Amino acid sequence: MSGIPHDHYEPKTGVEKWIHSRLPVVGLLYDTLMIPTPKNLNWMWIWGIILTFCLALQIVTGIVLAMHYTPHVDLAFASVEHIMRDVNGGYMLRYLHANGASLFFVAVYMHIFRGLYYGSYKAPREITWIIGMLIYLMMMGTAFMGYVLPWGQMSFWGATVITGLFGAIPFIGESLQTWLLGGPAVDNATLNRFFSLHYLLPFVIAGLVIVHIWAFHSTGNNNPTGVDVRRTSKAEAQKDTLPFWPYFVMKDLFALAVILVVFFAIVGFMPNYLGHPDNYIEANALATPAHIVPEWYFLPFYAILRAFTSEVWAVQLVQFVTFGIVDAKFFGVAAMFGAIIVMALAPWLDTSSVRSGRYRPMFKWWFALLAVDFIVLMWVGARDTNFPHDWISLIGATYWFAYFLVILPLLGVIEKPAAQPATIEDDFNAHYGKGGTDGAAAQSNPAE
Amino acid sequence: MIKKLTLSAISALALTAGAAFAAGSEGHTHDVDFSFEGPFGKFDQNQLQRGLQVYTEVCAACHGLKFVPLRTLHDEGGPALPEDQVRAYAAQTEIFDAELDDYRPRTPTDHFAESGLETAPDLSLMAKSRAGFHGPAGTGLAQLFKGIGGPEYIVSVLAGYTGEEKTEAGTTYYENTAFPGGWIAMAPPLYGEDVEFADGHSNDLHHEAEDVAAFLMWAAEPKMMARKQAGFTGVLFLVLLSVLLYWTNKRIWAPVKGKK
Repeated sequence: MSGIPHDHYEPKTGVEKWIHSRLPVVGLLYDTLMIPTPKNLNWMWIWGIILTFCLALQIVTGIVLAMHYTPHVDLAFASVEHIMRDVNGGYMLRYLHANGASLFFVAVYMHIFRGLYYGSYKAPREITWIIGMLIYLMMMGTAFMGYVLPWGQMSFWGATVITGLFGAIPFIGESLQTWLLGGPAVDNATLNRFFSLHYLLPFVIAGLVIVHIWAFHSTGNNNPTGVDVRRTSKAEAQKDTLPFWPYFVMKDLFALAVILVVFFAIVGFMPNYLGHPDNYIEANALATPAHIVPEWYFLPFYAILRAFTSEVWAVQLVQFVTFGIVDAKFFGVAAMFGAIIVMALAPWLDTSSVRSGRYRPMFKWWFALLAVDFIVLMWVGARDTNFPHDWISLIGATYWFAYFLVILPLLGVIEKPAAQPATIEDDFNAHYGKGGTDGAAAQSNPAE
Repeated sequence: MIKKLTLSAISALALTAGAAFAAGSEGHTHDVDFSFEGPFGKFDQNQLQRGLQVYTEVCAACHGLKFVPLRTLHDEGGPALPEDQVRAYAAQTEIFDAELDDYRPRTPTDHFAESGLETAPDLSLMAKSRAGFHGPAGTGLAQLFKGIGGPEYIVSVLAGYTGEEKTEAGTTYYENTAFPGGWIAMAPPLYGEDVEFADGHSNDLHHEAEDVAAFLMWAAEPKMMARKQAGFTGVLFLVLLSVLLYWTNKRIWAPVKGKK
């Protein structure tokens, strides 16, 4: 499967040969597990395993929760309390599931920003990047619909506000919103379809994850230098790589265990810290909460949505030019989705021939600013829209777009990259010293 | 650089996590040192029983606890009333039984009664549906040290009446230093010495308020003790697993990495 030359599975016993000639599934698993992996991967390459774990955790806990949950406006809230009070271990399942969503998003943001810094999105990994962005979008949809299911105040009003965004689309908006909700407002029909889709989408995500892994197993992993693995011969490739098993499996499992320590501490000792207290009040269509705030992982994009008010001259200009078809509300919605689209287009917006930010002296600072920008947007997304929050979110949103649409294309032209190591092996040896054995010898005797 | 960014991203998460609760509370909540706070905090069984008494004799006149099964009063880690007392307590109120087409006394398998007064909110989850602490600067970081502050908010409201009242559109409002907006429709429910505790514990206003707040925290999160226990066990085993995996990983990589 991989373009990097390596040993393939050879069936040895009669049974193995019998199976292999009919269905080469063992070979597929072997090649996937033994894939040559750049040996200089750092700790930012662990998030993929964390994400895979999160998906499995959410599906397993979710399936059991669904056995006890009732998707009906009169019964949903009480059924969640039934899970919390009557179902054996139900409180643990629910807190694992609710906080599991947060861990999922922590990991996906780390994963995305790692890709942005080390240029993992660049050729030949554009499809891996695009599939990843699709997974991220589906995660957001799944998380949003999942948050509606407990049918608390934030569930109801969050659903009202977010589906209202679709209503802002000119001409078709209102019909689209009604179609999404299954009626004129958030009600039983909405809750039922959200439950159905919340159950379906994780399996679509699982399918996309397989394609995502397939894609980067075809191109090979990126690595902190961005330098390609030498692939003229197996012997050369082995100087740059180590098999995924056991080297990276063990490393990733160690990282997973450490992260789970923190995760279990949060689930055990402060499981409601990341939620909103208002969601422990049953949904009430007649009482609007004082502040409708999305979950923390939506806040940066929520801030971008709110940044473009009718007082911004760019919004006024667009509104004038389009004869009022694009008003401030639709502009904000377009900006929110646009913020993710420009990120998905990064492979074509980044003109630099150098992959890794490590060797791009100017890019480093702009990237750091983007990370700070993301955090500032997250903070301001939870605040009210009065001065100075309106200005902060506008500046933050503008920088987000400027980074992808202006800075990335320009930097590739004006920046003078630093010298890159000739090979991954050079980089590895510079960090860790020359090992006693190379990959080939270590493979045959890994535990010695 | 990436390390620095990781660190700042983690601190940012902590920063914004609490921010979700941050938005505009004008009321003031003061911190109370409850026995159930922190990773090892436990409910005080006597306090829960006193709180149950305050709830039953005062709050239950208007409010309900419709999500709380009466049998859980017997649960370990909660008020832990003996079974016969739970049965006697349950029978004090009646419930409409559709099968009998008549009212009958409640049994431990029934829930507490619903709110008797339409405008009085159900209290089953009150201690989890309010945040007491929002600062600093709306980041909610204070919650990392003080907790979210639900029970503290309840104490602050119960003890926060100034004695001022006003009437608007036929409804009387009472000034309260903890309630957002400063005026609450609930008349002061506690004045001090409203109940007599069998254990002779002080029944001044603040003690009564703390006891009932602790009871409502239990009502909202009855599995808190079991949860902390599970969390502690989980953390302990995962730390052990981390150490073992650290050594395994180090040993596997040792021949690949040279000495420098």
